[in-house]
Amino acid sequence: MDGIVGYGGYIPRNRIKVEEIAKVWGADAPSYKKGLMLEEKSVPSPDQDTITMSVEATKSALKRAGIDPQDIEAVYVGSESHPYAVKPSGTVLAEAIGATPEVHTADFEFACKAGTEGMYVALCLVRAGEIKYGLAVGADTSQGAPGDALEYSAAAGAAAFIFGKDNVVAEAKETYSYMTDTPDFWRREYQFYPQHGGRFTGDPAYFKHIVGAGRGILEKAGMKPSDFNYVIFHQPNGKFPLKVGEMLGFEKKQIEPGWLVSKLGNTYSGSSPLGLTATLDISKPGDKILIVSYGSGAGSDAFIFEVKDRIEEVRDLAPKTREMLDENKNYLEYGEYAKFRQKIRKAE
Amino acid sequence: MREVAVIGVGMTKWGELWDKSLRNIFVETALLALDDAGVVEVNSMYVGSMSSGLFVGQEHIASLLADYLGQSNIPSTRVETACASGGLALRLGYMEIAAGISELVLVGGIEKMTDVSGYEATYALGTAADQEYEGYHGITFPGLYGLIARAHMEKYGTTREQLAMVAVKNHHNGSKNPLAQFPYEITVDSVLNSVMIADPLRILDCSPITDGAAAVVLCPAEMARKMDKPVVKIIGSGHATDTIALSSRKDITWLEAVYKAAKQAYAEADKGPQDIDIIEVHDCFTIAEICVLEALGIVEKGKGGDAVEQGLTSLEGKIPVNTSGGLKAKGHPVGATGAAQVVEIVKQLRGEAGERQIKKARIGLAQNMGGSGGSSVVHLFERE
Repeated sequence: MDGIVGYGGYIPRNRIKVEEIAKVWGADAPSYKKGLMLEEKSVPSPDQDTITMSVEATKSALKRAGIDPQDIEAVYVGSESHPYAVKPSGTVLAEAIGATPEVHTADFEFACKAGTEGMYVALCLVRAGEIKYGLAVGADTSQGAPGDALEYSAAAGAAAFIFGKDNVVAEAKETYSYMTDTPDFWRREYQFYPQHGGRFTGDPAYFKHIVGAGRGILEKAGMKPSDFNYVIFHQPNGKFPLKVGEMLGFEKKQIEPGWLVSKLGNTYSGSSPLGLTATLDISKPGDKILIVSYGSGAGSDAFIFEVKDRIEEVRDLAPKTREMLDENKNYLEYGEYAKFRQKIRKAE
Repeated sequence: MREVAVIGVGMTKWGELWDKSLRNIFVETALLALDDAGVVEVNSMYVGSMSSGLFVGQEHIASLLADYLGQSNIPSTRVETACASGGLALRLGYMEIAAGISELVLVGGIEKMTDVSGYEATYALGTAADQEYEGYHGITFPGLYGLIARAHMEKYGTTREQLAMVAVKNHHNGSKNPLAQFPYEITVDSVLNSVMIADPLRILDCSPITDGAAAVVLCPAEMARKMDKPVVKIIGSGHATDTIALSSRKDITWLEAVYKAAKQAYAEADKGPQDIDIIEVHDCFTIAEICVLEALGIVEKGKGGDAVEQGLTSLEGKIPVNTSGGLKAKGHPVGATGAAQVVEIVKQLRGEAGERQIKKARIGLAQNMGGSGGSSVVHLFERE
């Protein structure tokens, strides 16, 4: 049996409300709240980045896995906000958790689906018998240009998963990927903020690929929506995952436990992975979970997991995702947010 | 001059047509018009397009579109007078048939606007304003029409609600037009609470950015009478210009180009505003419909707002205006709009307008406008 042996989420405690951003730009907060179902988003502190959040999430995953970090033989970090353009995030993470030097490391980038790419590769290497344990992290301190619609959702968070064959918390039953060359969102080198195709990011991009991957994995597994207790879709805003769930035939109650976006924002590579950590936190042995990510460019990875008895033993060993989302919050004003996100810079 | 008839009309579903290119959209639409006319080849073509260069990086589209339509080597002309390009293309086709130069002319309009970002589209549209006196100061079309709306409200007591009623009416009509980009009903409340764009205009006062085309086939009326379809003739054609900068006009609430173009068309047809059964006007913004109805002489100066409030221009009213949904609900692929107005008028006069059909409509008027009224084209149509 192979699957997840340990998992952990991390969400920074800073938040900014939609109203606070809208106030600065003279934008209509109610239309964002209603139209995109967004209320507030997480913001990283000035000293937090994709690497530090990956370390936090991985520490929780290690606690739940209860393994020696030296047995981790692959470390993958998926992000579109790696702190360095050249120099891996994975090496820092591997060093910080004590997994070096006998370890394979790679950084992934595929807009919002880099996290599930790492998950797929780590899982497959475990399946192939090449490694004992593999760590995959999806993390981002995503950027939205000031005043752009993305600024209301671009958030920060990380989710880590350790894959192995023994002591599995959630067995990986099926995987499926679906992608095409669809330029709905991009950022070229040396650009600070991404650009996007507005409504083009909807039907021909997000919906086409998630529906494609969702239908594909259901067919491959011979399952139907009602066979699942929970389902998680990538969450660029509140509306899209609920709508795509309906399109695929899922009910709102299957989506809700992993639907964090209205209070979290879009954590990009961490988005659907954090939905999975939140769902695992409340799941019971035997529960079946479907997760479908989405990354612009564009593609989706889908996984079916079946929760095992060991969830009861490990659930409380590390902070739960919903607790990090709902407790100990620190609300920022736009000025502090602008400073934290380096939207204003001090003179050298 | 020979009498001229419209013997074929074509329009496809408008909207954000991401999976179609400029040439696909045009060819699909033009083939519908040719099929409707029952002809395979035409003698010449006129295509209205405001800014294919800025929208899709393609100029020289008259030849391109003739080629892809299977009409290679015919004389094909692109016509540009900003958002009135489609209307002006019709006028040129009309003149060519009337003068006895051609027997069959295809007239169309096309704009593919969603290949660029909203910012770039706004820039492209803004080139229809006076770049040195208006564009330089940063004003865009919603801003210019916002100024017109504010002035009209101050001068004539037109209300914010009356502006909203124009959009509500046009969306009601558009909800009965399956080819419309936004075939949905809206309410006065939803307009008044929609996002502010350029005070006092909100987003639901503004026509959208649209991909789409429309096409019609013209021939001498004599030829049309031999076919088994109701004969719809063009009985009047008018075209006039005005300063393109709003600041150069004596009265920014008055559209002189519309007035002059209408005057010509009425004179040629020997008709007046009282003879018209249905009208398609250029409601790029709600205030535009109000000002245009005044300049066409349908209502007195300053009474355009009252007309919509009193239901004069609704589907059930005395003179239904924008039965197609107008630019607001049907969409506004700028170069195509003038041609699409003709498609609607001809469908109405033939009795083929489905749920939005106006009974006993015999005479129709189409008014197309460039920029903030720097050009306008008016045509009158009559069913024999």
